[in-house]
Amino acid sequence: MMPLLTTKGLSRNFGGLRAVDGVEFALMPGEIRAVIGPNGAGKTTFVSLVSGRIRPSSGMIVFDGADITSLPAYARVRLGIAYTFQITSVFANLTAYDNVALPVQRTLTGGRSKGAVHAGVMAALERTGLADRAHMPAGQLSYGHQRLLEVAMGLALKPRLLILDEPTQGLADSEIDNFIGLVREIATSATVLLIEHNMPVVMQLADRITVFNAGKILAEGTPEQVRANAEVQDAYLGTAP
Amino acid sequence: MKEASPAKAYALHLGVIALLFALSFVLPEYHHGLLARIMVLAVFAMGYNMLFGYVGLLSLGHAMFFSAGLYGAGLAVIHLGWSVPAAFAAGLACGALLALVIGLLALRTSGVAFMIVTMMFAQVFYLIILYFAAWTGGDQGLVVPQSARVLVLGDTSLGLTNPTVRYMSALVLFSIVLLVALVIVRSRYGRVLVAIRENEERTKMLGYDTFSNKLAAVVVSGTICAASGAAYALLFGYVGSTFASVQYSILPLLWVLLGGAATTLGPLIGTLFMYYVVDITSGYTSAYLLIVGIALILLVLFFPRGILGTVRQRWLGWLP
Repeated sequence: MMPLLTTKGLSRNFGGLRAVDGVEFALMPGEIRAVIGPNGAGKTTFVSLVSGRIRPSSGMIVFDGADITSLPAYARVRLGIAYTFQITSVFANLTAYDNVALPVQRTLTGGRSKGAVHAGVMAALERTGLADRAHMPAGQLSYGHQRLLEVAMGLALKPRLLILDEPTQGLADSEIDNFIGLVREIATSATVLLIEHNMPVVMQLADRITVFNAGKILAEGTPEQVRANAEVQDAYLGTAP
Repeated sequence: MKEASPAKAYALHLGVIALLFALSFVLPEYHHGLLARIMVLAVFAMGYNMLFGYVGLLSLGHAMFFSAGLYGAGLAVIHLGWSVPAAFAAGLACGALLALVIGLLALRTSGVAFMIVTMMFAQVFYLIILYFAAWTGGDQGLVVPQSARVLVLGDTSLGLTNPTVRYMSALVLFSIVLLVALVIVRSRYGRVLVAIRENEERTKMLGYDTFSNKLAAVVVSGTICAASGAAYALLFGYVGSTFASVQYSILPLLWVLLGGAATTLGPLIGTLFMYYVVDITSGYTSAYLLIVGIALILLVLFFPRGILGTVRQRWLGWLP
């Protein structure tokens, strides 16, 4: 099977710092992949390169067999790469409904009627449990609901690859359980790339885990393999004296 | 942007148009003439609001789009002897083309740089008008001859110098632009424009080419402003370089801020308010600009979102 996403020698420098350093990465269709690593390991920079928010210093990104390295971010979204922001970035002054209507109205292909937009919006809001808050300004939603709205917007793009950047950050435990169920459901129709610090969430969700450290891939494998990896333990806990 | 009450919004706008129509028959001559002028300039403000209010792009160069319409229509009549509709179309075309070119260049910047770039282009436009004084009349301007300001519709010919014809022409233009603005604002495209204003980076990540959307908004805005300028030349018969000066780039900003940015009726209210404050106070004192200044400060203090913007925020959330 051909990978959905591949990066070859992907690098990005910020001044003298190599935030992402020659990363060779492959992601198979349908998998849930978690990316973990200590703070500053280059995880967010890596997914920003994939989504097109920042440009690579060198290297190549291939999505579904096509080189997308030079495509602007909006064009990559149109190919099916959706990115949900680490820092909640909903349109605070627009209603939850309008927030979701923006991606829905762009992805409609068949009927472009008002009814089609409405149905699409309500479907995405219902899937994330926000339907009864459709007409609240997004800025007045609780933090957890804003995170869910962020996911609803990502879903409404009908992505083939959904990148979730620390989606459970700031969520209560009860909300996290719902969230895990939601991601599993999303994974039935899309490939999921997940940056996450919450280890129980990673262990429950991920098919495979990629560990970043200092801009490079340190290890990759199933949750069990990664958990048993001595290098990973060192990176997280420090080397034994 | 609310989903609710489209009927209410359309009823309100049609009501305003009906009120302006009725006023034509009751207003005394002086106010009748003033209101015709205000309606034409409110179109200018609506064009400005399209870009400033909805997309959040603050231009300090919109005088060039107004005067592109003004000169495009005026010079076509004076030098080429074109008919009124053809000259009006020429004004629109000049505004649209200029907006396309300026948009392509100026949208490479944003924020303060965008303000400065648009202002510089407007100054260049102003100086070009002065430089080609042989055709434009320089700082004296040109008068569009009364004989040319006749609108021929089939068998009837309407003299645009006739106060009623002038008022009704201004009202027709105003109504069309108001309804077009309402439709745009409520459309999907309007939703994208507001999204760009609120968070451009996020809008890109929803798959929107924000540059093209902004460019389209500049062209729509510039064309509406040119329509106002073209109508001004044809209805009031004067084409002058003052209209290309920086003052006329700042006035629409002021009108929109007063009436309420990102409200469809705010530009009319702002223009109306400003004109009448000047008109009333200048009747009492030669220091009327002082009173205008105080009125502006009070408005900004108590109505920071403009008159209609504050009304919408406090009482009528459904206002478009």
